[in-house]
Amino acid sequence: MLISLDHITKTYTGDTGPIVAVDDVNVSVDAGEFVAVVGPSGCGKTTLLLVAGGLLRPDGGKVTIDGTDPYSLSGEQRARLRAERIGFVFQQFHLIPYLNVLDNVMAPALVTGETTARERAEALVERFGLTGRVGHRPGQLSTGERQRVALARALLNEPRVILADEPTGNLDGDNSDQVLQALKTFAEDGGAVLLVTHDPDAVAFAGRQVVLQEGRLAVPVS
Amino acid sequence: MKISRLVVQEIAHRFVNFVLAVIGVSIAVACLVASVTMIDAGKIQSRKLVDEGEIQSQQLVAKREQEVKDAGKKLNDEMRKITKGLGFNIVVLAEDEDIAAFHAEGTPTRTMPQEYVDRLANSPIVVINHLLPIVTKKIEWAEEKQTIVLTGTRGEVPQAHRDPKKPLLDLVPKGKVVLGYRLHHSRKLKPGSKLTINGRELEVVKCHAERGSVDDVTAWVNLEEAQQMLGMQNLVNAILALECNCATVDRIAEIRGEIAKVLPGTQILERGRKALARAEARNKAKKTADASLEAARKSGEQMIASRKAQADQMIASRKAQANVLVPLAVVGSFAWIVLLAVGNARQRRGEIGILRAIGMGSRDVLVLFLGKALLVGLAGGAIGYVAGFLVGTGYSGPLEQSLFDINWLLTALLMAPALSAAATWLPALVAAGQDPAVVLQEQ
Repeated sequence: MLISLDHITKTYTGDTGPIVAVDDVNVSVDAGEFVAVVGPSGCGKTTLLLVAGGLLRPDGGKVTIDGTDPYSLSGEQRARLRAERIGFVFQQFHLIPYLNVLDNVMAPALVTGETTARERAEALVERFGLTGRVGHRPGQLSTGERQRVALARALLNEPRVILADEPTGNLDGDNSDQVLQALKTFAEDGGAVLLVTHDPDAVAFAGRQVVLQEGRLAVPVS
Repeated sequence: MKISRLVVQEIAHRFVNFVLAVIGVSIAVACLVASVTMIDAGKIQSRKLVDEGEIQSQQLVAKREQEVKDAGKKLNDEMRKITKGLGFNIVVLAEDEDIAAFHAEGTPTRTMPQEYVDRLANSPIVVINHLLPIVTKKIEWAEEKQTIVLTGTRGEVPQAHRDPKKPLLDLVPKGKVVLGYRLHHSRKLKPGSKLTINGRELEVVKCHAERGSVDDVTAWVNLEEAQQMLGMQNLVNAILALECNCATVDRIAEIRGEIAKVLPGTQILERGRKALARAEARNKAKKTADASLEAARKSGEQMIASRKAQADQMIASRKAQANVLVPLAVVGSFAWIVLLAVGNARQRRGEIGILRAIGMGSRDVLVLFLGKALLVGLAGGAIGYVAGFLVGTGYSGPLEQSLFDINWLLTALLMAPALSAAATWLPALVAAGQDPAVVLQEQ
């Protein structure tokens, strides 16, 4: 099991009292699986994704990523785990505005310091059809291109897991398909993909889906 | 890719932010360097001012010394001329001269051999000078029916061991006569006038002004002629001399002792008032000269002290300015960099969030901010040093020596990055400590 979320609970402190964002959720994603978490806005999808990514400590339950509980590690070790085993793709792309396409793709290598990162980055740039845009900055790219750069960045360190939060939310149909197909391919190659979305078209690319409603699993795994 | 590339790319992307930070550091460094340069320049200028003052003072003293020397020489000469009028103050008289009769008559009555004066002149005696042998006698001027003093002199006899001195009394040539006031004035005699004294025709060569003494009724003729007129061949009845202005316990006893060794049996008289007047005049001249010189020295010292005070005041003023300006500039610059760093950290929240999410540790984030701060400090230190140095040297005016100090350059290049890093430290810590989950959820 590459991703295991076991009885995860997360509560925020709001102005009017505690808000339960995720309530006793169990999700697991095996190698080769592409799982979509769907649900309306505010149902706790993103919170669940951040918890799974080792970015948000849950109040209860256990997280295991590729056999390691990230929250049992120190902050620096957890960061290292994220860099080496997890790829993130976000709706807002989160590209670094002053780096060109190639440097953005290579950004995870800042942490690992790998010397072969450049070749892999160039291969990813070519794979996602960005060769002609290598020297361009994010501000000079279309939204589809930006998301492809983000996807290439997520894949640079050859992670075991990809966590994607509404990656197609800002994309047109063609670009969405391109991104989702890439995620599917990643899963088919033995990785694990946990996709958070409310886009029905995106769900079609997933092998199975999990529905969240008000922080709880609404429907059993289909 | 390395973090340094990220730092450089970010600087290039937000260049205005970088430039503003560099300006802040530069101003602080420039204030410090300009102040230090101006203080150093002040020290050099003050040293120069004092040195010039010392040179001027030395020149003034040297000039005054020369003036005093010249004035002293002139005064001495004038005194000599004045005291010349006082005449000789040592009188060497024959062994058998009745001193009481001499005082009563005013002229000696006994004689001694003329060669006495040569003996004295050839002796190594130093306590007297200006030796003048005379024959003198009160006689009746038959042609004018007047009692006069006839004095014969051959002029001063040079002393063998002394440099020749300007004579107090000149030689009266043969056939000539020098007349006292009472002898020429009523007769309207002038140089060139002819007259006859007891049958000897003489030509007037000089007429003295009134002296109020026996000199006014004295006629000076050549010694040999006087000896003939008075029947005193090869004899003199006094040797006049001038005692030296030597400071001894008992001057006259010393003179007597010295002369007695050469001319045993002779009698020595000192005309006290004349000697005293001469010594006082000369001593006063020396005292006046010394006082003038001392005044010049004091004036020089005052000038140097005044310049030192002026220079100290200038340096103190510059230090006071620096004591206010430099801390203000450093604090202002620190606050400015903090402000810019806070703004920069806020601007980069999303970027830091994603970098943390993809695995960048908080230490790396800190390096990201502090690396930029160090570059800001280095650039600001270098620019600030150059600007401060130019301002400092420009304000101080041209100097003979360079004010460049490698230590201050190194200080600027070390302290400016330290200042910049210190100012950035807190915002960088905040940025490094921010929760990526919060940032990503916000966006």
